[in-house]
Amino acid sequence: MLGKTAGGLFWMFRYLERAENTARLLEAGWRIALTRSSDASNEWQSILTTAGMLALYDEKNDGYDAARVMDFLLRDKSNPSSVMNLIELARNNARTVRTALSSEVWEATNECWMSLKTALARPVTERNMHDTLMIIRNRTSVVRGALHGTMLRNDIYAFSRLGTFIERAGSTARILDVKYYVLLPSATFVGSTIDNAQWEVILRSVSAERSYNWLNPGETSAKGIAEFLILDKRMPRSLAFCSSEISRYLKYLEAEYGICQESQLQAQQICEVLDGSSIQTIFENGLHEFLGVFIAESGKLSNDIETDFRFYG
Amino acid sequence: MGQVQNHFDEMLLDNDSAREPYEGFYKWFCGEDLKGLNRMSAQAEAFFRRIGITFAVYGQKEADERLIPFDVVPRIISAREWSRLERGIEQRVRAINAFLHDIYHRQEILRAGRLPPEIIAGNSAFLPEMVGVNPPGGVYTHIVGVDLVRTGEDEFFVLEDNARTPSGVSYMLENRETMLQMFPELFTQLKVRPVSAYPQMLRRSLSECAPAGSPNHRPVIAVLTPGIHNSAYFEHAFIADQMGAELVESADLRIEDGRVAMRTTRGYQPIDVIYRRVDDDYLDPLTFKPESLLGVPGIMDVYRAGNITIANAPGTGIADDKALYSYMPDIVEFYTGETAILKNVPTWRCSEPDSLAYVLEHITELVVKEVHGSGGYGMLIGPLASKKEIASFISKLKTRPGNYIAQPTLSLSTVPILTKAGLAPRHVDLRPFVLVSPNRIQMPPGGLTRVALKKGSLVVNSSQGGGTKDTWVLGE
Repeated sequence: MLGKTAGGLFWMFRYLERAENTARLLEAGWRIALTRSSDASNEWQSILTTAGMLALYDEKNDGYDAARVMDFLLRDKSNPSSVMNLIELARNNARTVRTALSSEVWEATNECWMSLKTALARPVTERNMHDTLMIIRNRTSVVRGALHGTMLRNDIYAFSRLGTFIERAGSTARILDVKYYVLLPSATFVGSTIDNAQWEVILRSVSAERSYNWLNPGETSAKGIAEFLILDKRMPRSLAFCSSEISRYLKYLEAEYGICQESQLQAQQICEVLDGSSIQTIFENGLHEFLGVFIAESGKLSNDIETDFRFYG
Repeated sequence: MGQVQNHFDEMLLDNDSAREPYEGFYKWFCGEDLKGLNRMSAQAEAFFRRIGITFAVYGQKEADERLIPFDVVPRIISAREWSRLERGIEQRVRAINAFLHDIYHRQEILRAGRLPPEIIAGNSAFLPEMVGVNPPGGVYTHIVGVDLVRTGEDEFFVLEDNARTPSGVSYMLENRETMLQMFPELFTQLKVRPVSAYPQMLRRSLSECAPAGSPNHRPVIAVLTPGIHNSAYFEHAFIADQMGAELVESADLRIEDGRVAMRTTRGYQPIDVIYRRVDDDYLDPLTFKPESLLGVPGIMDVYRAGNITIANAPGTGIADDKALYSYMPDIVEFYTGETAILKNVPTWRCSEPDSLAYVLEHITELVVKEVHGSGGYGMLIGPLASKKEIASFISKLKTRPGNYIAQPTLSLSTVPILTKAGLAPRHVDLRPFVLVSPNRIQMPPGGLTRVALKKGSLVVNSSQGGGTKDTWVLGE
């Protein structure tokens, strides 16, 4: 398989995952805006921070109201990470790697792009916000479904999944980090019960409100949520789950290609750190520090993959 | 001239009966409701968009992806008509390959005085770099698109031999898929020969042309595209996908150990056959245009050493050059020893003074073509042209007569298209796709039918408002 194709797939699925994550963040924010009587502008600000888009947003806007933040994250052409731009990038990549995709995956991606082009042609109103966010989640789910249902389990599949999990791990880590940093600046708060709305936002951002409550009835603490999102391997968006999937696909490539490279060693090491950690030690040594290291190591892993498998000439 | 009702219609004999190949279809059509068919026709467009059969239009930002209009009324060819066409096309393509080999080696045809030497010597389509080069398997034109037009029951003419990189085969395949989805009952009732084996035929045909001594145990084929922004990118990806070849760009390739190799996730892997969709000029910056970023530096050296197959071979353009077109009957006869089965359109070479005089006198009846033009550009259709256009062509003809040829305005056949008001006749042409390997010359039955959607128009090119139809060849 061409190095360029592997890179195209990897990034195609990173873009799709990122678009989906942005939609989840907005759903959580929108929910808060609807259910809180007080000002929600802090919430929108932290969503922008999580998406890594605060600086760019501030350049163009004053203040954080729902309509403007939503528009910026969903359809602003000048925002390279707006959902519309991400879906457009994903589709362009899909065109580049067309020969590696089943026709169902290609058509699902193309249809995703077509329906969002229509849905996001005009500013999203409060009335159709819910439907628009649903379209994003549904359409990206169809792409994922086609991938699962129709693709050979070979290196093409491995690079697609690697892109998904690298992006997802980073997103979950940032959600936690932003909430920790913004809402729990003092270590004395750690471990205490946090305000309902805040844990709701975190769990909603990763679509895990129900599953958390189901696994931990009546126990909503910062520690419990952090453990769930960092170490729980049953949770498909946790750092431990994503990292073990990354490691699994890299091991597959190692066996398939008959060579162990830097990326495999790096993924192994990330897994070992997670396996050797308890939520106790993570909090003792500093959650923010822990997440900072994780984000940096994941970034290095992504670069290692690009180099090891010759994505670029 | 130019009156649609005077043309040979391939479907309708009069208002309520159809020519024999169309009988089954016409009976079905008469039982259908027009509104329903028009609705289906709109659905076909949605289908094309969904699978992404679009082409890019340069320099248009928002609507940068367009569809080539598709008409749901098929173009139907009987088994008898097709078998004659097939023999004629095979003969012509065999002659073209023999001609190319000869013209880049001993040039017997020039020695025999059958072709004026200056037509080769002064021709930019003749590549001196190809002289003495032996393409693997001896094949020059691996894929040829022969453009045919029809004027009557048994009157077929070759309008042009596309011997470089003919495009449109993806439309042939997708048009059929669309028809199968929309009107399955037609295919259970009528014996329509399938075209879906084309990608496998192409793969096998190209594999048979692979160079000897490859380190690969099975020939590795790659489609070379200029990239995602090329207007035909969809077709490049489609063909690569359908035949299981890699789709590569210049940046994926380099020369390693005397072979062309592509950068894979495991390192560089040698390629045996390149089906290139970039022009000769851009193929190798070391040999041709030095500023080209679309080619592979050094590929011509590998080619000369016999270690890569380039499909089609560089320099095949000399065979479909308009200046040579009028000599095609002689070329066929010279290399096959037979009379050409398919007719050429009678052609005046304006380089010859008598012909020029005739052309200037009868310009309002003729089609005048620039020798190096393509895509329907640089052309004058006398009967439809304005006084001003004619005057400007007359002065061009007088200044550079050798740059032009002229042909009678053919009374091109029509096949109806579906309109809101019912069937309406429109002019068509036909491009069969012919595959050449050392072992055989073969073609899927039919090809691509292009149709001029504007009433009375003779220009079928998609860049100028043409559309396409599914083309059916009926079984015995």
